[in-house]
Amino acid sequence: MTAITVLRRRDLLRWLAFAGFLIVTIALMLPVIIIVLTAFKPASEVNAYPPTLFPHQWTLDNFAAIFQRLPFGRLILNSFVFAGGVTLLALVFDSLAAYALASLNFRGSRVLLIVIIASLMIPFQATLIPIYQLVAQLGWVNTFAGLIAPRAADAFGIFFLRQFFLSLPRDLDSAARIDGASEFRIFRSIVLPNAVPALLTLAVFTFVNNWNDLLWPLVFTTDQDMGTITSGLTLLTGPGGIIPQGIMMAGSLIAVLPLAIMFLLVQRRFIESVASSGLK
Amino acid sequence: MTTQQLPSRRPYRPPARLGGGTPLNASFRRRATVVAFLAPALIILGAFVAWPMVSALGLSFTDASGFGDPNFVGLANYLRVFTDPHILRSIANTGLYAVLFTPVAVVIALVLALIVNSPRLPFRGFFRSTLFLPFIVSLAVAAFAWSYLLDPQIGLVNYWLQGAGIRIGNVLQDPLLAMPTVVLVAVWKSFGFYMVIFLAGLQDIPGSLYEAAELDGAGAWKRFTNVTFPMLSNTFAFVVIVALIAALQAFDQIYVLTGGGPYRSTETIVMQVYQSGFKDLDLGFASALSYVLLIITLLLSLVQFLFFGRRGEELSE
Repeated sequence: MTAITVLRRRDLLRWLAFAGFLIVTIALMLPVIIIVLTAFKPASEVNAYPPTLFPHQWTLDNFAAIFQRLPFGRLILNSFVFAGGVTLLALVFDSLAAYALASLNFRGSRVLLIVIIASLMIPFQATLIPIYQLVAQLGWVNTFAGLIAPRAADAFGIFFLRQFFLSLPRDLDSAARIDGASEFRIFRSIVLPNAVPALLTLAVFTFVNNWNDLLWPLVFTTDQDMGTITSGLTLLTGPGGIIPQGIMMAGSLIAVLPLAIMFLLVQRRFIESVASSGLK
Repeated sequence: MTTQQLPSRRPYRPPARLGGGTPLNASFRRRATVVAFLAPALIILGAFVAWPMVSALGLSFTDASGFGDPNFVGLANYLRVFTDPHILRSIANTGLYAVLFTPVAVVIALVLALIVNSPRLPFRGFFRSTLFLPFIVSLAVAAFAWSYLLDPQIGLVNYWLQGAGIRIGNVLQDPLLAMPTVVLVAVWKSFGFYMVIFLAGLQDIPGSLYEAAELDGAGAWKRFTNVTFPMLSNTFAFVVIVALIAALQAFDQIYVLTGGGPYRSTETIVMQVYQSGFKDLDLGFASALSYVLLIITLLLSLVQFLFFGRRGEELSE
Protein backbone atom coordinates (compact mmCIF):
# COMPACT_ATOMS: atom_id res chain seq x y z
CA MET A 1 0.00 0.00 0.00
CA THR A 2 1.45 3.33 -0.97
CA ALA A 3 1.40 6.40 1.23
CA ILE A 4 -1.19 8.05 -1.01
CA THR A 5 -3.80 5.28 -0.68
CA VAL A 6 -3.36 5.31 3.08
CA LEU A 7 -4.03 9.04 3.05
CA ARG A 8 -7.09 8.60 0.82
CA ARG A 9 -8.50 5.91 3.07
CA ARG A 10 -8.10 8.15 6.08
CA ASP A 11 -9.82 10.99 4.24
CA LEU A 12 -12.65 8.72 3.25
CA LEU A 13 -13.11 7.55 6.84
CA ARG A 14 -13.15 11.13 8.02
CA TRP A 15 -15.81 12.08 5.51
CA LEU A 16 -17.87 9.04 6.42
CA ALA A 17 -17.65 9.98 10.10
CA PHE A 18 -18.68 13.51 9.22
CA ALA A 19 -21.65 12.33 7.17
CA GLY A 20 -22.66 10.01 10.00
CA PHE A 21 -22.54 12.82 12.54
CA LEU A 22 -24.53 15.09 10.23
CA ILE A 23 -27.25 12.44 10.00
CA VAL A 24 -27.27 12.02 13.79
CA THR A 25 -27.60 15.78 14.22
CA ILE A 26 -30.48 15.99 11.75
CA ALA A 27 -32.19 13.07 13.53
CA LEU A 28 -31.79 14.85 16.86
CA MET A 29 -33.45 17.92 15.36
CA LEU A 30 -36.44 15.88 14.18
CA PRO A 31 -38.88 17.41 16.73
CA VAL A 32 -37.94 20.92 15.58
CA ILE A 33 -38.22 19.87 11.93
CA ILE A 34 -41.63 18.26 12.51
CA ILE A 35 -42.94 21.42 14.22
CA VAL A 36 -41.90 23.63 11.31
CA LEU A 37 -43.12 21.30 8.56
CA THR A 38 -46.40 20.24 10.18
CA ALA A 39 -47.36 23.83 10.91
CA PHE A 40 -47.70 24.36 7.15
CA LYS A 41 -49.55 21.11 6.36
CA PRO A 42 -53.28 20.96 5.61
CA ALA A 43 -55.29 18.91 8.14
CA SER A 44 -55.83 16.07 5.64
CA GLU A 45 -52.06 15.52 5.40
CA VAL A 46 -51.43 15.97 9.12
CA ASN A 47 -53.76 13.06 9.89
CA ALA A 48 -52.89 10.97 6.84
CA TYR A 49 -51.56 7.44 6.98
CA PRO A 50 -48.85 6.72 6.09
CA PRO A 51 -47.43 9.92 7.58
CA THR A 52 -45.02 12.02 5.55
CA LEU A 53 -42.34 14.46 6.56
CA PHE A 54 -42.80 17.20 3.97
CA PRO A 55 -46.11 18.84 3.12
CA HIS A 56 -47.31 18.32 -0.47
CA GLN A 57 -49.37 21.42 -0.22
CA TRP A 58 -48.23 24.34 1.90
CA THR A 59 -50.92 26.22 3.77
CA LEU A 60 -51.31 28.88 6.46
CA ASP A 61 -54.65 27.44 7.66
CA ASN A 62 -53.18 26.20 10.94
CA PHE A 63 -51.99 29.68 11.83
CA ALA A 64 -55.43 31.12 11.14
CA ALA A 65 -57.03 28.32 13.18
CA ILE A 66 -54.88 28.83 16.29
CA PHE A 67 -56.09 32.42 16.54
CA GLN A 68 -59.68 31.13 16.41
CA ARG A 69 -59.26 28.27 18.87
CA LEU A 70 -57.45 30.38 21.49
CA PRO A 71 -57.17 34.10 22.28
CA PHE A 72 -53.73 33.68 20.78
CA GLY A 73 -52.90 37.33 20.16
CA ARG A 74 -53.63 38.01 23.80
CA LEU A 75 -51.50 35.03 24.88
CA ILE A 76 -48.55 36.29 22.84
CA LEU A 77 -48.92 39.71 24.43
CA ASN A 78 -49.15 38.13 27.91
CA SER A 79 -46.01 36.11 27.31
CA PHE A 80 -44.11 39.23 26.26
CA VAL A 81 -45.37 41.29 29.20
CA PHE A 82 -44.71 38.50 31.71
CA ALA A 83 -41.29 37.35 30.49
CA GLY A 84 -40.25 40.88 29.52
CA GLY A 85 -41.47 42.38 32.80
CA VAL A 86 -39.70 39.78 34.91
CA THR A 87 -36.52 40.24 32.89
CA LEU A 88 -36.54 44.02 33.10
CA LEU A 89 -37.28 44.24 36.82
CA ALA A 90 -34.95 41.40 37.76
CA LEU A 91 -32.14 43.05 35.81
CA VAL A 92 -32.61 46.35 37.64
CA PHE A 93 -33.08 44.91 41.14
CA ASP A 94 -30.41 42.22 40.76
CA SER A 95 -27.80 44.61 39.45
CA LEU A 96 -28.47 47.12 42.26
CA ALA A 97 -28.09 44.44 44.92
CA ALA A 98 -25.10 42.92 43.14
CA TYR A 99 -23.38 46.30 43.10
CA ALA A 100 -23.90 46.72 46.84
CA LEU A 101 -22.46 43.26 47.46
CA ALA A 102 -19.53 43.77 45.13
CA SER A 103 -18.49 47.36 45.80
CA LEU A 104 -20.02 48.79 48.98
CA ASN A 105 -18.27 47.33 51.99
CA PHE A 106 -20.89 47.13 54.69
CA ARG A 107 -21.31 45.12 57.84
CA GLY A 108 -22.98 41.82 57.20
CA SER A 109 -22.28 41.78 53.47
CA ARG A 110 -20.57 38.41 53.72
CA VAL A 111 -23.43 36.86 55.66
CA LEU A 112 -25.92 38.31 53.21
CA LEU A 113 -24.00 36.86 50.29
CA ILE A 114 -23.98 33.42 51.91
CA VAL A 115 -27.73 33.63 52.55
CA ILE A 116 -28.32 34.58 48.92
CA ILE A 117 -26.17 31.71 47.66
CA ALA A 118 -27.99 29.32 49.98
CA SER A 119 -31.38 30.49 48.69
CA LEU A 120 -30.23 29.53 45.17
CA MET A 121 -30.80 25.94 46.21
CA ILE A 122 -34.52 26.37 46.95
CA PRO A 123 -36.61 25.10 44.05
CA PHE A 124 -39.63 27.36 43.50
CA GLN A 125 -41.83 24.29 43.27
CA ALA A 126 -41.21 23.69 46.97
CA THR A 127 -42.53 27.07 48.10
CA LEU A 128 -45.24 27.48 45.49
CA ILE A 129 -48.18 27.14 47.90
CA PRO A 130 -47.23 29.98 50.29
CA ILE A 131 -46.24 32.13 47.30
CA TYR A 132 -49.69 31.52 45.86
CA GLN A 133 -51.36 32.34 49.20
CA LEU A 134 -49.46 35.62 49.36
CA VAL A 135 -50.30 36.51 45.77
CA ALA A 136 -53.96 35.62 46.44
CA GLN A 137 -54.04 37.77 49.60
CA LEU A 138 -52.73 40.69 47.59
CA GLY A 139 -55.54 40.10 45.09
CA TRP A 140 -52.98 39.46 42.35
CA VAL A 141 -54.22 36.16 40.92
CA ASN A 142 -54.87 36.61 37.19
CA THR A 143 -52.85 39.83 37.08
CA PHE A 144 -49.45 40.66 35.66
CA ALA A 145 -48.41 41.81 39.13
CA GLY A 146 -48.99 38.28 40.42
CA LEU A 147 -47.05 36.71 37.58
CA ILE A 148 -44.16 39.16 37.67
CA ALA A 149 -43.61 40.43 41.24
CA PRO A 150 -42.51 37.14 42.87
CA ARG A 151 -39.80 36.83 40.25
CA ALA A 152 -38.73 40.49 40.12
CA ALA A 153 -35.46 39.61 41.83
CA ASP A 154 -33.61 36.35 41.95
CA ALA A 155 -30.66 35.00 43.83
CA PHE A 156 -28.97 33.58 40.78
CA GLY A 157 -28.98 36.95 39.00
CA ILE A 158 -27.57 38.75 42.02
CA PHE A 159 -24.80 36.21 42.45
CA PHE A 160 -23.99 36.09 38.74
CA LEU A 161 -23.78 39.89 38.40
CA ARG A 162 -21.79 40.27 41.63
CA GLN A 163 -19.15 37.90 40.24
CA PHE A 164 -19.05 39.93 37.04
CA PHE A 165 -18.82 43.29 38.82
CA LEU A 166 -15.91 41.99 40.89
CA SER A 167 -14.05 41.16 37.69
CA LEU A 168 -14.29 44.74 36.39
CA PRO A 169 -11.21 46.98 36.84
CA ARG A 170 -11.57 49.30 39.83
CA ASP A 171 -9.54 52.35 38.70
CA LEU A 172 -12.49 54.15 37.14
CA ASP A 173 -14.74 53.88 40.18
CA SER A 174 -11.95 55.04 42.50
CA ALA A 175 -11.27 58.03 40.29
CA ALA A 176 -14.98 58.88 40.21
CA ARG A 177 -15.25 58.47 43.97
CA ILE A 178 -12.34 60.91 44.50
CA ASP A 179 -14.14 63.34 42.22
CA GLY A 180 -17.11 63.10 44.57
CA ALA A 181 -19.47 61.09 42.38
CA SER A 182 -22.29 59.36 44.28
CA GLU A 183 -22.42 55.57 44.37
CA PHE A 184 -25.53 55.59 42.24
CA ARG A 185 -23.77 57.69 39.63
CA ILE A 186 -20.80 55.34 39.60
CA PHE A 187 -23.17 52.40 39.29
CA ARG A 188 -25.14 53.94 36.46
CA SER A 189 -22.39 55.64 34.47
CA ILE A 190 -19.39 53.38 34.98
CA VAL A 191 -20.35 49.92 36.19
CA LEU A 192 -23.51 49.26 34.15
CA PRO A 193 -22.11 50.30 30.75
CA ASN A 194 -19.17 47.98 31.35
CA ALA A 195 -21.42 45.13 32.37
CA VAL A 196 -23.54 45.02 29.20
CA PRO A 197 -22.36 41.52 28.19
CA ALA A 198 -23.28 40.06 31.58
CA LEU A 199 -26.59 41.93 31.67
CA LEU A 200 -27.48 40.72 28.19
CA THR A 201 -26.64 37.17 29.16
CA LEU A 202 -28.80 37.32 32.24
CA ALA A 203 -31.58 38.97 30.25
CA VAL A 204 -31.70 36.22 27.63
CA PHE A 205 -31.51 33.51 30.26
CA THR A 206 -34.29 35.02 32.38
CA PHE A 207 -36.50 35.73 29.38
CA VAL A 208 -36.19 32.20 27.96
CA ASN A 209 -36.86 30.54 31.33
CA ASN A 210 -39.97 32.56 32.02
CA TRP A 211 -41.32 32.43 28.49
CA ASN A 212 -41.07 28.62 28.60
CA ASP A 213 -42.29 28.06 32.12
CA LEU A 214 -45.51 26.08 32.39
CA LEU A 215 -46.17 25.52 36.10
CA TRP A 216 -45.93 29.22 37.02
CA PRO A 217 -48.65 30.55 34.67
CA LEU A 218 -50.78 27.46 35.39
CA VAL A 219 -50.77 28.35 39.09
CA PHE A 220 -51.11 32.12 38.96
CA THR A 221 -53.69 32.41 36.20
CA THR A 222 -57.05 30.70 36.04
CA ASP A 223 -58.51 33.05 33.46
CA GLN A 224 -57.75 31.89 29.91
CA ASP A 225 -57.09 35.47 28.83
CA MET A 226 -54.28 35.84 31.37
CA GLY A 227 -52.33 32.71 30.40
CA THR A 228 -49.09 32.63 28.41
CA ILE A 229 -48.47 30.91 25.08
CA THR A 230 -46.90 27.98 26.90
CA SER A 231 -49.83 27.45 29.26
CA GLY A 232 -52.44 28.36 26.62
CA LEU A 233 -51.29 25.69 24.19
CA THR A 234 -51.93 22.97 26.78
CA LEU A 235 -55.63 23.83 26.52
CA LEU A 236 -55.64 22.21 23.07
CA THR A 237 -54.85 18.82 24.64
CA GLY A 238 -58.05 17.88 26.41
CA PRO A 239 -57.84 14.59 28.28
CA GLY A 240 -58.85 11.80 25.93
CA GLY A 241 -59.62 14.32 23.22
CA ILE A 242 -58.09 14.36 19.77
CA ILE A 243 -55.20 16.79 19.58
CA PRO A 244 -55.39 19.03 16.51
CA GLN A 245 -51.73 18.41 15.67
CA GLY A 246 -51.42 20.87 12.79
CA ILE A 247 -52.80 23.73 14.90
CA MET A 248 -50.67 22.63 17.83
CA MET A 249 -47.50 22.72 15.74
CA ALA A 250 -48.39 26.15 14.35
CA GLY A 251 -48.83 27.40 17.91
CA SER A 252 -45.60 25.74 18.96
CA LEU A 253 -43.74 27.36 16.09
CA ILE A 254 -45.02 30.79 17.14
CA ALA A 255 -44.03 30.00 20.73
CA VAL A 256 -40.46 29.14 19.77
CA LEU A 257 -39.95 31.82 17.13
CA PRO A 258 -39.15 34.86 19.34
CA LEU A 259 -36.63 32.80 21.29
CA ALA A 260 -35.09 31.43 18.11
CA ILE A 261 -34.66 34.96 16.73
CA MET A 262 -33.13 36.11 20.00
CA PHE A 263 -30.85 33.11 20.00
CA LEU A 264 -29.69 33.79 16.43
CA LEU A 265 -28.91 37.40 17.33
CA VAL A 266 -26.81 36.68 20.39
CA GLN A 267 -25.86 33.10 19.64
CA ARG A 268 -22.19 32.97 20.53
CA ARG A 269 -22.50 35.09 23.59
CA PHE A 270 -25.51 33.11 24.67
CA ILE A 271 -23.81 29.73 24.42
CA GLU A 272 -20.65 31.03 26.11
CA SER A 273 -22.65 32.58 28.89
CA VAL A 274 -24.72 29.48 29.53
CA ALA A 275 -21.47 27.61 29.86
CA SER A 276 -20.01 30.12 32.27
CA SER A 277 -23.20 30.45 34.28
CA GLY A 278 -23.14 26.72 34.69
CA LEU A 279 -19.56 26.59 35.82
CA LYS A 280 -18.78 29.63 37.91
CA MET B 1 -10.79 51.48 61.94
CA THR B 2 -11.20 53.62 58.93
CA THR B 3 -10.21 57.23 58.83
CA GLN B 4 -13.79 58.20 58.15
CA GLN B 5 -14.88 57.36 61.64
CA LEU B 6 -12.09 59.07 63.52
CA PRO B 7 -13.22 62.69 63.18
CA SER B 8 -16.73 61.83 64.36
CA ARG B 9 -15.39 61.50 67.89
CA ARG B 10 -14.68 65.20 68.04
CA PRO B 11 -16.93 66.74 70.69
CA TYR B 12 -18.72 69.22 68.52
CA ARG B 13 -18.96 70.26 64.99
CA PRO B 14 -21.87 72.14 63.50
CA PRO B 15 -23.90 69.95 61.16
CA ALA B 16 -23.49 71.06 57.60
CA ARG B 17 -26.68 72.09 55.93
CA LEU B 18 -25.53 71.44 52.42
CA GLY B 19 -23.96 68.43 50.81
CA GLY B 20 -23.73 66.40 53.99
CA GLY B 21 -20.09 67.23 54.55
CA THR B 22 -19.73 66.06 58.13
CA PRO B 23 -18.42 62.57 58.77
CA LEU B 24 -21.43 61.66 60.93
CA ASN B 25 -23.71 62.61 58.15
CA ALA B 26 -21.48 60.80 55.69
CA SER B 27 -21.72 57.52 57.53
CA PHE B 28 -25.50 57.86 57.75
CA ARG B 29 -25.63 58.59 54.06
CA ARG B 30 -23.39 55.66 53.35
CA ARG B 31 -25.72 53.36 55.23
CA ALA B 32 -28.71 54.85 53.44
CA THR B 33 -26.99 54.20 50.12
CA VAL B 34 -26.39 50.55 50.96
CA VAL B 35 -30.03 50.15 52.00
CA ALA B 36 -31.26 51.84 48.83
CA PHE B 37 -29.22 49.49 46.65
CA LEU B 38 -30.29 46.37 48.48
CA ALA B 39 -33.88 47.12 49.41
CA PRO B 40 -35.79 46.27 46.20
CA ALA B 41 -34.16 42.86 45.75
CA LEU B 42 -34.29 41.99 49.44
CA ILE B 43 -37.96 42.90 49.72
CA ILE B 44 -38.80 40.62 46.81
CA LEU B 45 -36.59 37.76 48.01
CA GLY B 46 -37.85 38.20 51.56
CA ALA B 47 -41.52 38.14 50.58
CA PHE B 48 -41.38 35.47 47.89
CA VAL B 49 -38.50 33.19 48.92
CA ALA B 50 -37.67 33.53 52.63
CA TRP B 51 -41.19 33.99 53.99
CA PRO B 52 -42.70 31.16 51.88
CA MET B 53 -40.01 28.83 53.23
CA VAL B 54 -41.04 29.58 56.80
CA SER B 55 -44.70 29.63 55.93
CA ALA B 56 -44.57 26.29 54.10
CA LEU B 57 -42.99 24.69 57.14
CA GLY B 58 -45.76 26.08 59.35
CA LEU B 59 -48.48 24.97 56.91
CA SER B 60 -47.04 21.47 56.73
CA PHE B 61 -48.11 20.87 60.35
CA THR B 62 -51.72 21.91 59.71
CA ASP B 63 -54.76 20.78 57.78
CA ALA B 64 -55.01 24.12 55.94
CA SER B 65 -57.34 24.09 52.97
CA GLY B 66 -57.54 27.77 52.12
CA PHE B 67 -60.96 27.99 53.78
CA GLY B 68 -61.59 28.44 57.51
CA ASP B 69 -58.95 28.29 60.23
CA PRO B 70 -56.30 25.62 59.88
CA ASN B 71 -55.87 23.15 62.76
CA PHE B 72 -52.56 21.92 64.04
CA VAL B 73 -52.17 18.26 63.11
CA GLY B 74 -48.61 17.59 64.21
CA LEU B 75 -46.67 15.21 62.00
CA ALA B 76 -49.77 13.70 60.40
CA ASN B 77 -48.98 15.14 56.96
CA TYR B 78 -45.41 13.87 57.05
CA LEU B 79 -46.64 10.51 58.23
CA ARG B 80 -48.94 10.40 55.23
CA VAL B 81 -46.07 11.26 52.87
CA PHE B 82 -44.26 8.13 54.00
CA THR B 83 -47.24 5.79 54.28
CA ASP B 84 -49.73 6.73 51.54
CA PRO B 85 -49.04 4.25 48.71
CA HIS B 86 -49.88 6.86 46.04
CA ILE B 87 -47.37 9.30 47.47
CA LEU B 88 -44.72 6.64 47.93
CA ARG B 89 -45.37 5.72 44.31
CA SER B 90 -44.78 9.31 43.20
CA ILE B 91 -41.55 9.47 45.20
CA ALA B 92 -40.39 6.18 43.71
CA ASN B 93 -41.38 7.43 40.23
CA THR B 94 -39.35 10.60 40.74
CA GLY B 95 -36.39 8.42 41.74
CA LEU B 96 -36.88 6.23 38.66
CA TYR B 97 -37.13 9.34 36.48
CA ALA B 98 -33.86 10.67 37.93
CA VAL B 99 -32.13 7.32 37.48
CA LEU B 100 -33.22 7.12 33.83
CA PHE B 101 -32.74 10.78 32.96
CA THR B 102 -29.38 11.59 34.51
CA PRO B 103 -27.06 8.96 32.97
CA VAL B 104 -28.68 9.12 29.53
CA ALA B 105 -28.65 12.93 29.33
CA VAL B 106 -25.11 13.19 30.72
CA VAL B 107 -23.60 10.52 28.46
CA ILE B 108 -25.25 11.92 25.30
CA ALA B 109 -24.11 15.41 26.23
CA LEU B 110 -20.55 14.28 26.91
CA VAL B 111 -20.24 12.31 23.67
CA LEU B 112 -21.62 15.21 21.63
CA ALA B 113 -19.33 17.67 23.43
CA LEU B 114 -16.29 15.52 22.63
CA ILE B 115 -17.30 15.40 18.97
CA VAL B 116 -18.04 19.10 18.52
CA ASN B 117 -14.87 19.96 20.43
CA SER B 118 -12.71 18.10 17.92
CA PRO B 119 -10.73 20.54 15.75
CA ARG B 120 -10.98 18.04 12.89
CA LEU B 121 -14.75 18.39 12.65
CA PRO B 122 -15.76 20.76 9.82
CA PHE B 123 -18.48 23.35 10.56
CA ARG B 124 -18.02 22.99 14.32
CA GLY B 125 -19.87 26.25 15.01
CA PHE B 126 -22.89 25.08 13.03
CA PHE B 127 -23.07 21.81 14.94
CA ARG B 128 -22.69 23.49 18.31
CA SER B 129 -25.49 25.98 17.64
CA THR B 130 -27.80 23.38 16.13
CA LEU B 131 -27.35 20.87 18.94
CA PHE B 132 -27.94 23.60 21.50
CA LEU B 133 -31.24 24.58 19.84
CA PRO B 134 -33.54 22.27 21.89
CA PHE B 135 -32.57 24.25 24.99
CA ILE B 136 -34.70 27.20 23.85
CA VAL B 137 -37.72 24.97 23.14
CA SER B 138 -39.99 24.71 26.17
CA LEU B 139 -40.58 21.30 27.70
CA ALA B 140 -44.27 21.72 26.91
CA VAL B 141 -43.62 22.37 23.21
CA ALA B 142 -41.07 19.54 23.10
CA ALA B 143 -43.79 17.33 24.57
CA PHE B 144 -46.29 18.37 21.85
CA ALA B 145 -43.77 17.56 19.11
CA TRP B 146 -42.84 14.18 20.57
CA SER B 147 -46.45 13.20 21.17
CA TYR B 148 -47.12 13.79 17.47
CA LEU B 149 -43.99 11.90 16.41
CA LEU B 150 -44.91 8.95 18.64
CA ASP B 151 -48.64 8.93 17.86
CA PRO B 152 -49.69 5.30 17.32
CA GLN B 153 -51.68 6.13 14.16
CA ILE B 154 -50.12 9.15 12.49
CA GLY B 155 -46.74 9.43 14.23
CA LEU B 156 -43.73 9.48 11.94
CA VAL B 157 -41.31 7.84 14.37
CA ASN B 158 -43.84 5.16 15.17
CA TYR B 159 -44.32 4.56 11.44
CA TRP B 160 -40.59 4.34 10.76
CA LEU B 161 -40.09 1.95 13.68
CA GLN B 162 -42.89 -0.24 12.33
CA GLY B 163 -41.07 -0.24 9.01
CA ALA B 164 -38.05 -1.57 10.89
CA GLY B 165 -40.22 -4.24 12.48
CA ILE B 166 -40.44 -2.58 15.91
CA ARG B 167 -43.94 -2.15 17.30
CA ILE B 168 -44.11 0.20 20.26
CA GLY B 169 -47.85 0.83 20.22
CA ASN B 170 -49.26 3.74 22.15
CA VAL B 171 -46.32 4.54 24.41
CA LEU B 172 -48.17 7.15 26.46
CA GLN B 173 -50.88 4.65 27.38
CA ASP B 174 -48.39 1.92 28.21
CA PRO B 175 -47.60 1.74 31.95
CA LEU B 176 -44.11 0.44 31.17
CA LEU B 177 -43.20 2.81 28.35
CA ALA B 178 -44.86 6.05 29.52
CA MET B 179 -42.05 6.86 31.96
CA PRO B 180 -39.21 6.29 29.48
CA THR B 181 -41.14 8.49 27.02
CA VAL B 182 -41.48 11.48 29.34
CA VAL B 183 -37.80 11.03 30.23
CA LEU B 184 -36.93 10.98 26.51
CA VAL B 185 -38.61 14.38 26.06
CA ALA B 186 -36.59 15.85 28.94
CA VAL B 187 -33.35 14.32 27.68
CA TRP B 188 -34.00 15.80 24.25
CA LYS B 189 -34.63 19.25 25.71
CA SER B 190 -31.59 19.22 28.03
CA PHE B 191 -28.68 17.50 26.29
CA GLY B 192 -27.62 20.68 24.47
CA PHE B 193 -27.38 22.59 27.73
CA TYR B 194 -25.21 19.97 29.40
CA MET B 195 -23.16 19.64 26.21
CA VAL B 196 -22.30 23.33 26.37
CA ILE B 197 -21.18 23.00 30.00
CA PHE B 198 -18.98 20.03 29.04
CA LEU B 199 -17.62 22.02 26.12
CA ALA B 200 -16.51 24.79 28.46
CA GLY B 201 -14.86 22.18 30.69
CA LEU B 202 -13.07 20.60 27.72
CA GLN B 203 -11.75 23.94 26.59
CA ASP B 204 -10.16 24.50 30.00
CA ILE B 205 -7.93 21.45 29.61
CA PRO B 206 -4.44 22.64 28.62
CA GLY B 207 -3.42 21.38 25.18
CA SER B 208 0.08 20.64 26.48
CA LEU B 209 -1.30 17.63 28.36
CA TYR B 210 -2.44 16.07 25.10
CA GLU B 211 0.87 16.82 23.42
CA ALA B 212 2.71 15.14 26.28
CA ALA B 213 0.39 12.13 26.11
CA GLU B 214 0.91 11.86 22.37
CA LEU B 215 4.69 11.99 22.78
CA ASP B 216 4.35 9.13 25.24
CA GLY B 217 2.57 7.20 22.50
CA ALA B 218 -0.95 7.32 23.99
CA GLY B 219 -3.72 6.54 21.51
CA ALA B 220 -7.07 8.31 21.30
CA TRP B 221 -8.74 6.08 23.92
CA LYS B 222 -5.76 6.31 26.29
CA ARG B 223 -5.79 10.10 25.92
CA PHE B 224 -9.47 10.14 26.82
CA THR B 225 -9.16 7.90 29.89
CA ASN B 226 -5.88 9.36 31.16
CA VAL B 227 -6.20 13.06 30.27
CA THR B 228 -9.71 14.13 29.26
CA PHE B 229 -11.75 12.26 31.80
CA PRO B 230 -9.66 13.04 34.92
CA MET B 231 -9.44 16.69 33.90
CA LEU B 232 -13.18 16.76 33.30
CA SER B 233 -14.21 15.09 36.54
CA ASN B 234 -15.28 18.33 38.25
CA THR B 235 -17.44 19.34 35.31
CA PHE B 236 -18.82 15.83 35.18
CA ALA B 237 -19.82 15.87 38.84
CA PHE B 238 -21.36 19.30 38.41
CA VAL B 239 -23.47 18.24 35.43
CA VAL B 240 -24.62 15.07 37.21
CA ILE B 241 -25.84 17.04 40.22
CA VAL B 242 -27.52 19.72 38.12
CA ALA B 243 -29.26 16.98 36.13
CA LEU B 244 -30.38 15.19 39.30
CA ILE B 245 -31.85 18.39 40.72
CA ALA B 246 -33.64 19.09 37.42
CA ALA B 247 -35.01 15.54 37.47
CA LEU B 248 -36.48 16.02 40.94
CA GLN B 249 -38.56 18.90 39.61
CA ALA B 250 -40.06 17.01 36.66
CA PHE B 251 -43.50 18.38 35.83
CA ASP B 252 -44.11 20.20 32.53
CA GLN B 253 -43.95 17.45 29.93
CA ILE B 254 -45.67 14.97 32.25
CA TYR B 255 -48.56 17.38 32.78
CA VAL B 256 -48.85 17.74 29.00
CA LEU B 257 -48.37 14.12 27.96
CA THR B 258 -49.80 11.80 30.58
CA GLY B 259 -51.15 13.86 33.47
CA GLY B 260 -49.42 11.32 35.72
CA GLY B 261 -50.96 8.23 34.15
CA PRO B 262 -51.44 5.60 32.98
CA TYR B 263 -52.15 4.03 36.38
CA ARG B 264 -50.00 6.66 38.12
CA SER B 265 -46.91 5.34 36.37
CA THR B 266 -45.63 8.86 35.65
CA GLU B 267 -46.90 10.59 38.79
CA THR B 268 -43.96 12.59 40.23
CA ILE B 269 -43.49 14.61 43.43
CA VAL B 270 -44.16 17.97 41.78
CA MET B 271 -47.18 16.56 39.92
CA GLN B 272 -48.50 15.41 43.28
CA VAL B 273 -47.76 18.79 44.93
CA TYR B 274 -49.70 20.50 42.14
CA GLN B 275 -52.57 18.04 42.44
CA SER B 276 -52.93 18.16 46.23
CA GLY B 277 -52.12 21.87 46.58
CA PHE B 278 -54.03 23.39 43.69
CA LYS B 279 -56.66 20.81 42.75
CA ASP B 280 -57.54 19.04 46.03
CA LEU B 281 -56.71 22.19 48.09
CA ASP B 282 -54.99 20.05 50.70
CA LEU B 283 -52.47 22.79 51.43
CA GLY B 284 -51.06 21.30 54.61
CA PHE B 285 -50.27 18.00 53.00
CA ALA B 286 -48.93 19.60 49.80
CA SER B 287 -46.61 21.74 51.95
CA ALA B 288 -45.28 18.68 53.77
CA LEU B 289 -44.58 17.00 50.45
CA SER B 290 -42.92 20.22 49.23
CA TYR B 291 -40.68 20.16 52.25
CA VAL B 292 -39.59 16.62 51.52
CA LEU B 293 -38.69 17.77 48.00
CA LEU B 294 -36.88 20.77 49.45
CA ILE B 295 -34.80 18.64 51.79
CA ILE B 296 -33.79 16.18 49.07
CA THR B 297 -32.78 19.11 46.85
CA LEU B 298 -30.83 20.78 49.64
CA LEU B 299 -28.93 17.58 50.37
CA LEU B 300 -27.94 17.28 46.72
CA SER B 301 -26.97 20.95 46.61
CA LEU B 302 -24.90 20.50 49.73
CA VAL B 303 -22.95 17.71 48.06
CA GLN B 304 -22.38 20.03 45.12
CA PHE B 305 -21.37 22.91 47.40
CA LEU B 306 -18.89 20.78 49.35
CA PHE B 307 -17.48 19.46 46.12
CA PHE B 308 -17.05 22.89 44.60
CA GLY B 309 -15.83 24.38 47.85
CA ARG B 310 -13.03 21.85 47.70
CA ARG B 311 -12.41 22.66 44.09
CA GLY B 312 -12.14 26.34 44.96
CA GLU B 313 -9.47 25.59 47.54
CA GLU B 314 -7.55 23.53 45.03
CA LEU B 315 -7.62 26.39 42.56
CA SER B 316 -6.46 28.95 45.06
CA GLU B 317 -3.44 26.90 46.12
